[in-house]
Amino acid sequence: MNEQRLRGLIERVKSGDMSRRSFVRKMLAVGLTAPMAGMMLSHNGVAWAAEEAFTYKPTKAGGGGPLKLLFWQAPTLLNPHFAVGTKDQEASRVFYDPLAGWDSDGNLVAALAAEIPTVENGGLAKDGLSVTWKLRKDVKWHDGQPFTADDCVFNWEYARDPGTAAVSVATYKDVTVEKIDDHTIKVIFKKPTPYWADAFVGIRGMIIPKHLFADYKGSKSREAPNNLKPVGTGAYKFVEFRPGDLVRGERNPNYYKPNRPFFDTIEIKGGGDAVSAARAVLQTGEYDYAWNLQVEDEILKKLEAGGKGKVAIAEGGDIEFIAINRNDPWTEVDGERASMKNPHPTLRDKAVRDALNLVVDRGGVEKYIYGRTGVATANFLNNPKRFRSEKTKWEFNVDKAIKILEDAGWKKGSDGVRAKDGKKLSYVYQTSINAPRQKTQAIIKQAAQKAGIAMELKSVPASVYFSSDVGNPDTYTHFYTDLEMYTTTMSEPDPALFMNQFCSWEVSTKENKWQGRNITRWQNADYDKAYRDAEGELDPVKRAGLFIKMNELLIGDVAVIPIVYRPRPAGLNSKLVAQLSGWDNNTWMVSDWYREA
Amino acid sequence: MGNYLIRRLLIAVPSLLGISIVIFTILALAPGDPFSDLATNPSIPPAVRMALRAKFGLDDPVMVRYLRWLVAMLQGDWGFSLVSRVDVDTLIWQALPSTLYVIGLSQVLALIVALPVGILSAMRPYSIFDQIANTFAFIGFSLPTFFTGLLFILAFSIKLHWLPFVYQAELPYHGWQWLWEQFKQSIMPIMVLGLFQGASWTRYVRASVLDVIQLDYVTTARAKGLRERVVILKHVVRNALIPVVTLVALQIPAIFGGAIVTEQIFRVPGIGSLLINSILANDTPVIMAVTFVFSCLVILFNLIADLLYGWLDPRIAFR
Repeated sequence: MNEQRLRGLIERVKSGDMSRRSFVRKMLAVGLTAPMAGMMLSHNGVAWAAEEAFTYKPTKAGGGGPLKLLFWQAPTLLNPHFAVGTKDQEASRVFYDPLAGWDSDGNLVAALAAEIPTVENGGLAKDGLSVTWKLRKDVKWHDGQPFTADDCVFNWEYARDPGTAAVSVATYKDVTVEKIDDHTIKVIFKKPTPYWADAFVGIRGMIIPKHLFADYKGSKSREAPNNLKPVGTGAYKFVEFRPGDLVRGERNPNYYKPNRPFFDTIEIKGGGDAVSAARAVLQTGEYDYAWNLQVEDEILKKLEAGGKGKVAIAEGGDIEFIAINRNDPWTEVDGERASMKNPHPTLRDKAVRDALNLVVDRGGVEKYIYGRTGVATANFLNNPKRFRSEKTKWEFNVDKAIKILEDAGWKKGSDGVRAKDGKKLSYVYQTSINAPRQKTQAIIKQAAQKAGIAMELKSVPASVYFSSDVGNPDTYTHFYTDLEMYTTTMSEPDPALFMNQFCSWEVSTKENKWQGRNITRWQNADYDKAYRDAEGELDPVKRAGLFIKMNELLIGDVAVIPIVYRPRPAGLNSKLVAQLSGWDNNTWMVSDWYREA
Repeated sequence: MGNYLIRRLLIAVPSLLGISIVIFTILALAPGDPFSDLATNPSIPPAVRMALRAKFGLDDPVMVRYLRWLVAMLQGDWGFSLVSRVDVDTLIWQALPSTLYVIGLSQVLALIVALPVGILSAMRPYSIFDQIANTFAFIGFSLPTFFTGLLFILAFSIKLHWLPFVYQAELPYHGWQWLWEQFKQSIMPIMVLGLFQGASWTRYVRASVLDVIQLDYVTTARAKGLRERVVILKHVVRNALIPVVTLVALQIPAIFGGAIVTEQIFRVPGIGSLLINSILANDTPVIMAVTFVFSCLVILFNLIADLLYGWLDPRIAFR
C-alpha cells in the first residue's frame, strides 16, 4: 500500500463512500495503529467521530449501586506520575483525567479538553511546532477548586523535574508548555512533531492539581500527602486507599459530563491470582470487572459457560515474537558475547532464517495455547487476524523449509542436524518461565527438528530475564543465545517508539550497558532512513507509508519472527457495559460504564 | 535469672545483626529490579529507569546500602517502599490488623480443637475415639493449606454459593450485619489455618499427656481416691502442657508473620501478602522491615518460651 492508495482511501472516507471504521480496519491490516489512522483522517479534514459505537443509556447520574473491580495485582500508588505498572495507572485513572484519551478505534476523545485540536480549528500549527489546547471551563477539582491552564503548566513543570522522579518525565522533558489564558495552553515542540498527542493525553497525560502538589515538586515529591489521597477531576471521588489492597471511591456529584457516572461507589480490590479473579467475575459474579486476565483461554471459556460474565478483548499492539541474533553469542570479543564485530555464523544466512520462519507453527500456537488471547500473525506491527492483508501471510510448511535449506547447501549430517562447511544449524532458544511460552518452545522445537534444525530450549525466571541487571548474562537485553522469545508491549498509540527497536543506533551492546532497545542487533540503512524520515514527516499519510515500509523491511528480511498478536483480555459482568480500549487504560472511560437492567 | 536475661538479650544483638546482613546480602544478590515493569514498556526510555535507580540509591555498592539502611533503622526510620513510595511502617501497620485477626483466631481455634481432642485421645489410647481423632489429625497436617483452601473455595463459594472468597479488610456494614459478613468472609481462612495447626498440636498434646499419665504420681493420685476429673486436670494436664506451652509460644511470631499462601488465596491483605508482593516486586525496604521484625519476634519469643519453661517447671535452672 503506497501513499497514493492511502490518499485514495481517505478521499473515499471523505465522500462517504467508505466508513471510517472500515478505513481504520484497512490501516490495521497494513500494520498501522488505529490512532494513527484516526490522525490521518483528521489531518485530511475528516472530523473525529466522537464515541461512535457507544451509546450511554442511563438518563441520570447515580443510582447504579456499587461498581466492583478486581485486580489480581493490587494498586500500590495513586499518583499517575509515579505509576510504574498498569495496575497503578488504571486505579489513578478513576480519579484523574487527561485532556483527551484514545478509544479502541483510534479516535482521540476529549476529556478535560473542550475540543480536539485540528489544523482547521487552529489548534495544530501547520509547521508542526506547536499544539494549542482549549480547556473545558466547567471543570472543578474534587475539593471545589476550578481546573485551569495553571494546572496543566504545573504538571509539565512537575513531571520534567528530574528530582520528582516521575515515570512520565520522557513525555514532558522535551516540550515547553505555555499558558495563553486561563483556559488555553500551548505545547511547543523543539522540532516539527507529527505525533503531537503525547503530553496531556492518555496514560501519561493525567493531570494532578497544582494547588495540592505545588509544594511537593522535585525531591520532596514523595512527601505529598495527596500521593495517597487523590483529588482529581474524574467521575469518582476518593474515599479510601490501602496500598496493596483496596481503593474506594464515590460518585462525584459535580462531574462535568451530564448524567454520569452511573454507579454510586467504586471499589478496586487487589491481590490473589488471575485465575481466581476470573472466577469471581465470570463464574460467581462476586465482582463486576477483572483486570488483565492472563489465563489460558480454555479455562476462561469454561468459566464463561456459566453465563455470569464475559471476556472482553481490548486490542492493542502487543506482540509475542522470536528475536534472531545477528551476532555470534558463543564467542567473546572485547569482553562481550554477540559483539557487533562478530557476525553469527549461520543466522546471517537468509535461507536459514526463511526456514526458521516456516517451521514456526503460529496456527498451532494460537489454537492450542493462546486461543483468543494470542492471534497468529505475520506482522510485527499490530495485525489482528480478521484484518489480515494478503501481503503479510504466514505459512507453516516444514517441507518447504527443508527444500530451502537443501537448495542453500545445508545437508543433513549423521545426527540429523543440517550443516555446511562444518557449521551446524544447532541453536539455543530462550524465553522466560511461563507455561504458555514453554509450550510454544516445544511446538517450535519439534517442527525444527523435522527440518534438521536442532534446538536446545532454555527458560529463565522472569525476574532475571526482564531485569536490567548489567552483570547478568541471562537478561533478554544481553541476548546471549541464538534465538529468544518475549512479548514487546505497545502501550503507545504511536508506533514511533515501538519501531525504534530496530534502528541501528539503538543496538544493545556492552558499551551502552545493554540498554539499547535494538536487541536483535539487526541493522538496515533503508530502515534507518525510513525511521528518520518518519520522525520529521508531518503528513500523517506519508508517515504511515513509512511505517508500513519499516514493517515490510523487517518481515521481508526475517529479522524477527512474529508469532502471535496479544490482545488484552478483561472479565466483565454480563450486564456491565464498559468501553475498553487497547490504546489507553481499561478504566479510561469508567465515567461511562453502566449496568443494563 | 536477671543475669541470664541480660546475657540472652546481649546474645540477641549479634544474632539480629547477622540475620540482617544475611537477608540484605541475599536480596542484593537476587536478580531483579523494582522498576522492571518499566523495562518492557517502550514508551519509557531506559534513561528514566536508570535515573530512578540512581535516585533511590540502588546503584551503590551493597555495603554502602546496608550501612545506610542500618543507620536509618537504628534511628527508627524504616525507609519507604520503592514501589508505592509510602513509608514502610505505614504499610506494616495497615497490614497488621487483618493478619492478627485471621491468624490469631486460627491459632485460638487450633488450641480449642487440639487441647480437648488430644487429652481425650490420650485418656483412652487406641479407643475408637482416639483412632478417629488420629486419622483426622494425620489427614489435617498432611494436606497443605493451599490445597484445603482451594477445596473450601470450590465447595463453599463456587458450588454452594454460601461464602465469599475475596476477603475485605473493612466491610461497609454496621452492627449485626457487619458481624455476620465478617464471620462469613473470615471463616474459611480461619478454618483452613486453624485446622491445619490444630491437627499437629493434637498429636503433641496426645503424646505428652500419654507420657505423663503413666507416671507413678498419677497412680498415687488415683489411689488417694481423687475424682478422675481432678486427676486429669490438676495432676496430668498441668504437667503435660509444659512442652505444649513452649510450642505455642514459639508459634506466636508466626501470627505476626502471617500466612503467605493462605493470605494470597483468600486475598487477605495481611503481612504475608505484603511480604510476598514486596518480594515479587523486589521492594527491598519492605522485605527487610518485615523479615527483620519477624526475626526480632522469633528471638524474643524463644526467650519467652525458655523463661516460661523455667517458671512452669522449677527443676530447670537458668545458668
